[in-house]
Amino acid sequence: MNSVAFLLIAIITLAGALAAATLPRLIHAALSLVVAFVGVAASFFLLGAEFVGLVQVFVYVGAVAVLIVFTILLTRREVTGERGINWGGAIVALAVFGGLLWTILKTKSLALPAPQIEPLTVKRIGEALMTNYVWPLQCVGLVLTAALIGALVLVMEEKREEK
Amino acid sequence: MSDSLDQIFISAKHWILSLLSGLPDWAAPIISSLINIGALLGVFLTLFAAISVLERKILGRMQNRYGPNRVGPFGLFQPVADGIKMLIKEDVVPARADKVVHFLAPILVAAAAILALGVIPYGRNMTPFAIDGGILFFFAVGSTTELAVFMAGWGSNNKFSMLGAMRAIAQMVSYELPLILTTLPVVMIVGALSPDAIVAAQDGYSLSVLPHWFVMTPWGAAAFVLFFVSGLVESNRTPFDVPEGESEIVAGHMTEYSGFKYATFFMAEYFGMFAISGLAVTLFLGGWHSPIAALNFIPSYFWFFLKLSALLFVYIWVRGTLPRTRVDQIMNFAWKFMLPMAFTLIVAAAVWHYQGRGLAGWLWSLVVIALVYLALSRLLDTRKKFATRTYRFAE
Repeated sequence: MNSVAFLLIAIITLAGALAAATLPRLIHAALSLVVAFVGVAASFFLLGAEFVGLVQVFVYVGAVAVLIVFTILLTRREVTGERGINWGGAIVALAVFGGLLWTILKTKSLALPAPQIEPLTVKRIGEALMTNYVWPLQCVGLVLTAALIGALVLVMEEKREEK
Repeated sequence: MSDSLDQIFISAKHWILSLLSGLPDWAAPIISSLINIGALLGVFLTLFAAISVLERKILGRMQNRYGPNRVGPFGLFQPVADGIKMLIKEDVVPARADKVVHFLAPILVAAAAILALGVIPYGRNMTPFAIDGGILFFFAVGSTTELAVFMAGWGSNNKFSMLGAMRAIAQMVSYELPLILTTLPVVMIVGALSPDAIVAAQDGYSLSVLPHWFVMTPWGAAAFVLFFVSGLVESNRTPFDVPEGESEIVAGHMTEYSGFKYATFFMAEYFGMFAISGLAVTLFLGGWHSPIAALNFIPSYFWFFLKLSALLFVYIWVRGTLPRTRVDQIMNFAWKFMLPMAFTLIVAAAVWHYQGRGLAGWLWSLVVIALVYLALSRLLDTRKKFATRTYRFAE
């Protein structure tokens, strides 16, 4: 049953990603990217990484996708011209895919049986974040606060000019 | 006796599953989930039908008129008539609309609202989908609503729709922050993101009449109020229903929807309201626990739905009472008042915890909240900026 679910999720994710790369209208591409994001979240769920899956939906679908959509909407007029194939992008994508595939095939841990690990609870993640990873967490907090203040400063200066 | 009545739905489900014991192993969890989904949809569609007529009746009562009273006794069959009307209406899609996006938007809105309902504990052992990060799931699913609203606005290819969607998204994004930040104190105190653990942490009574609900603590009461107000905004209800200003932008992102698609939006709005209220009950009002120990013999789901109905009544009451706020007022309120208060509540909850969760902690956290509240109201006071108004009359 897991393999059937994985197949379905993989097809949906890949279809979303392919549509995001090929659809002529940018908004459609952005919305298909959301399908790919949800697919990735679903595969996290399938792997038992519930927290990561939820954060994937929360951050990517809830925030990043809305950001992308708004950026497209506010910055340019709709361009519905023909989009040729971006060969440079295609080559980079193929190279990354090939590299990853090569590494996965070369690794020896594929043959190992999956170790029995107890399901990862949110509590354990929280404890790890607050003990071993407290400095990285603080640094991320600092960066995000700086970004927030930066955004506020940008907006405020714009207002001052209007006056 | 009371125990069997309390668990009657669980027993019914186990009985159905035992009937199907001949099926292969993989089918059992699927059927179990399907039963949960069916029960969830059945209960909340009924509640939706009931609340749609009750809201009109209550609003009518508040505005000194009758409300619907023609279909059936006291107008109780009004939802049936409404449903038939919605089903047989023509489904108009604008010629220049983006057909696929326009079609998908109502489905996505409704799906998000229904999914959010799935993680709320409705009674003892009655959580449809008990997952460890339930609270996170609720907000993750809720955040997809913004995208769906955008799809509705953009797909309709209509200025009113687009403007309405922009307004809706702006206020939803702004109020998501206080909404999530006010759940943080509860999550911190309980130490878990699972709704079941949060409800379990609110068990017990002082002197057997004072329940240990979080709303009984100063930070809990303040967080509950902030959460409720944010919930009003998230579900686009009065006084924060600017996305649907009839006098300015018709019905906002729903302008170009008719017939059953419009009904789906309408349903999603109410389901979102149920979900937010259900979460408020779970977080602050003790979930399915009874208010005093002596009433524990009454089934747990009864208490949950009693509290839910009380909150829904307040929603309707607010709608019947308050006028609509302006967009800039909504935004200022979110960023200048709700957000600092939400941060204060986290500190207040920590103070409560480290003072031993007793009377001393209770008073100290009240002091923290009161200080910040007074400071904020001083800072945000706009009255002093206006000179006293003088009236000149024609002579």
